[in-house]
Formats: sequence, structure tokens, C-alpha cells
Amino acid sequence: MIFNLINRKIFTLLKVQYSNMLEYRVEIALWAISGIIPFFMLNIWTNNNLNESINISDVMLSRYFLCAFFVRQFSVVWVVFSFEEDSLMGKVSPYLIQPLNPFFRYFAQHLAEQITRFPFALIIAFFFFIFNPESIWIPNLSILLLSIVSTFLSFLIQFLIQSIVACLCFWTEKASSIERLLFIPTLFLSGLLAPVVSFPSYVKSWIYLTPFPYLIDFPANLLSGNKTNISAGLSMQILWIFLLFPLFKKIWSEGTKKYTAMGS
Amino acid sequence: MKVIKNISFEIKEGEIVGFLGANGAGKTTILKMLCGLIYPSEGSILVSGNLPFRRKENFLKNITLIMGQKQQLIWDLPPIESFYLNASIYDLDKFEAKKRIKKLSEMLEIDEELFIPVRKLSLGQRMKSELLAALIHEPNILFLDEPTLGLDINAQRNLRKFLQRYNQETNATICLTSHYMKDITSLCKRVICVHEGAISYDGKLDLLLKKLSPVKEILIVCRSEEDAIKLENSGFTVKNKIKNEITIKIENNSITSSLKTILNNFDIEDLFINEPPIDEVIGKVLIKKDYDI
Repeated sequence: MIFNLINRKIFTLLKVQYSNMLEYRVEIALWAISGIIPFFMLNIWTNNNLNESINISDVMLSRYFLCAFFVRQFSVVWVVFSFEEDSLMGKVSPYLIQPLNPFFRYFAQHLAEQITRFPFALIIAFFFFIFNPESIWIPNLSILLLSIVSTFLSFLIQFLIQSIVACLCFWTEKASSIERLLFIPTLFLSGLLAPVVSFPSYVKSWIYLTPFPYLIDFPANLLSGNKTNISAGLSMQILWIFLLFPLFKKIWSEGTKKYTAMGS
Repeated sequence: MKVIKNISFEIKEGEIVGFLGANGAGKTTILKMLCGLIYPSEGSILVSGNLPFRRKENFLKNITLIMGQKQQLIWDLPPIESFYLNASIYDLDKFEAKKRIKKLSEMLEIDEELFIPVRKLSLGQRMKSELLAALIHEPNILFLDEPTLGLDINAQRNLRKFLQRYNQETNATICLTSHYMKDITSLCKRVICVHEGAISYDGKLDLLLKKLSPVKEILIVCRSEEDAIKLENSGFTVKNKIKNEITIKIENNSITSSLKTILNNFDIEDLFINEPPIDEVIGKVLIKKDYDI
């Protein structure tokens, strides 16, 4: 019964947010195109034969960067910017007095945006294969399913990190500035610019203690068929979610006490 | 900085109470604390047996907050989508949601607007849709912060009529702030005046008005200027006299007897009783710290 009610709430939220996102499909197509950084990085790597230093073939490297592109497409998060604006403009107020945490709305917005984005990502992948026919491969079903789970977990980690930062809006008006600080390690340590395996050993051991390599590097390696420890990777993703969720709950509960309902 | 200081009041079920105060007096802050948006630094608040800030589900399902200058409808979608979304948030099934949307849209006189994207609606249509979205769960307590802000006279009147009907049909308690005195006078029997975060008056609106404007002005048109001069010298407090027209001030409690005297002793062509403008009267209370009635 309760499960049905929750299901119906989430389904309606998703349906409404999907209708809303369809209104922005042109923008979403442009966002999808703007996420082709991994392809530029692939070009830099292959043109300079950098892959030889880490013993990855050209084909596997191109598959890795295509997968990095896909993982990034379905794990991109912007909740801090939406929440900051809504909080400063007082738009959060009506949501706060509804029996549903406002972050469910943002969560549904992100999922709806990913669904809208999916066909555009497929079109970009299609063009990628036209120019790189040797990279075409079909991952086996279990790996594909695990990669989808891993990409979703990566999205959850990023959503939780940004939600924690977003809650700082209750103390400082510009929480998004703090998020920009996180953007640098996310860019360099997540595997978006280079597979984490390419870092020196002593740096790698530190990187794997952070959540960043589980955002793109692990799911992209998993999907592309590169050698990776699946159970360790998934366990670390789940561990980070278990660490971040209570932190989010705590900061949310303390933050709402500071809420002054500005702008309303 | 303390925005609200040492206030205490009780509101009965089914009452419509108007909160009056100048900009920044603290009336909206009081509403925000009552509905659980703001956490009070000290003191206690109970709303239908709940501590508002805990925002328990059964409390939230019982209240609503409508802010004239803020909207919760999704801008690019027709209001009906937001209504169904709110219905699911409040655990209403589709059948019940449809029934309530139909009932409320009839009361609010909106129909085709339900299917037009919010961004294309007029302010009045948007406000009606906001009300519908905020009332779909049939709350017993309504917090309304300037609900008629920016609406034209007809839209304001319709909204007031709707609120009156909602209150009569559901016995809902309504707490209202508004800078339009017509909202207050037509909806609220009781007002709470807030001045610099403290309550300067809490009681019946008509008592406050009597206290603030104890005299009425009466414009008397005499048949001749001689009659006007006689009336001027007959002991009434005269405000002004222009030819055969004379304006006198009479205390509220002696209006009937004074008018009888005037009509019996002078040759009167016409007379007009002028109520002092309500905005002017209420304006006095907004700048005063205390009003004992």
C-alpha cells in the first residue's frame, strides 16, 4: 500500500517533469552536444600515442571515452544551481510545506532530463561509430545491466554531493561557488579527461579513496570492457552513498532551521 | 535581530483573521512561523495541536500557504499538470483528484485555463490556478499572504467571494495579510495589528474602526444660504461651509438624534453621510504602538 503510494508519487513527479523537460528539448540537445569533452580527450590521447604508456589499445581507449561520454550524459547534476536560485527567490517555500522533501522534485527533474537526453546521446554515439567503426562492440547483457546500475549509482553520488553543497544555501547565499571548487577534482580525478589508471601509482592509491573515480572512470571501464574490479567498484559506490546520505539528512535538518524564506 | 517580539494570540477554528501592519512590521514572518517555514528562536507555537516547524505529514496535509507574489505552478505546463502532481503529493487518487479539481474550478470559475500553459495565463487566471493547486488537498487552515496582490478589482472581488464560500462550506480557519483594506473589511471580523514585531491591537475590526474614527462627517445642502448660516450658528461642529452647503462633524453615538434635530429645525434639500476612508483609518493603527479598546 505504502509502496504503491510512493510509486504513484514518483511516477507522477517523473511524468510531469518529463513533460516539462520536453519543453526544453532543444536546450537539452545542445547540452548533450556540449558534453563531448571525452571525444576531444580521445583525440589528444591517440594523436600523441599516450595510450601506449598505459597499455591500452586505441580501440579500447576510444570505447573508454565513448563510455565516459555516456556515463557523463546520465550522471550530470545541476541541483545546486536550481536549489540556490529557488532558495534565494523564495520558490522553495511552497515546496517546504508539502509532505514531500523538495529534493525529490529536483531528483525527478534530473531523471526526466536524462530520459529526454537519451535519444540525443544515441545520435551522438551513432556519429561516433561512423567515424570510428573499429570501436563498435556489443557489451554482454549482464555487463550492460551492471553498467546501468553503476551509472545510476554514480548519478546518486553526484546528486548527494551537490545536494549537500546546495544545503549550504541556508548559511551562505552563494553555495554554487563551493560547488565550483569541487568541479576541479571532479574534472581531473573522475576519469573524464584521462582514465585514472594513467595516474602514477602513489597518486592512484589516494584517488581511489575519494568518490571521484567512481563517478565516471569505474562505470566507463565497466561498460567498455576494460579490466576492472566490479564488486570493489560497486561496493565503493554504495559505501559513498551510505556515507553521504546521512550527512545530507543532517545538513538538511539543520539548514531548514536557518531558512528565512527570503524573497517571499 | 529580533523580527517578532513577545507576541501571543489564539485563533479559533473557522475564524478569518486579518494581520495588519506596515511593510516590514512582521506580519508575513508570523504567517511563515505559523505554517512551519521559519523556525522560531524562542517561544512556542501550536497549530491544530502540532508544532509547525516539525512539519509532520498530518500537519502539512492540513494547511496551505498562498503567497500573492510567489507561485508553485510549473511555468511551462498547463495548471492541470501541477494539480495532478499536487494531488499525488497529498496522496489523492486520480478519481478523487478529478472530483476536487472539477469542484474547485467551478467555484473559481476557471475551465479552459486549466489546459493552457501557465506562462500564457493572465495574473488573475494564474492566481485562481494557484489557489486551486494550494487547496486541492482541502486544508483546514489557510495562510494567505497578500493573495490579491496585483489583481484587478473584479478579480479581487471574485477571490474574496471564493474565500468566503470556502470558509462557509468547510469551516476552514483563514489567516490573511493584505494591504488592500477591502480584503480585510469584507473577510475578517477580527484583526491583529502588528507594529515593529509586536501586536498593537488584537480584536474586532468594527470596534477598532469605531475607536479610530469616532465622528462622521455630514454634508448638508440647505435650501438657502440663510438656513446654512443658521445651522452654522446652532452649536454643531462645523468643518466647512460653502454657500448653502455645510459640512458638520457628529459623534457616532449621537447621529440619529442630531439628524432628527437638523431635519426638524432647518429647511434641508439633501444630505450625505461620509464614512472616513478605511485606508486612512487603518493607516493610523499601522504607525501606532498600542491600541487599547
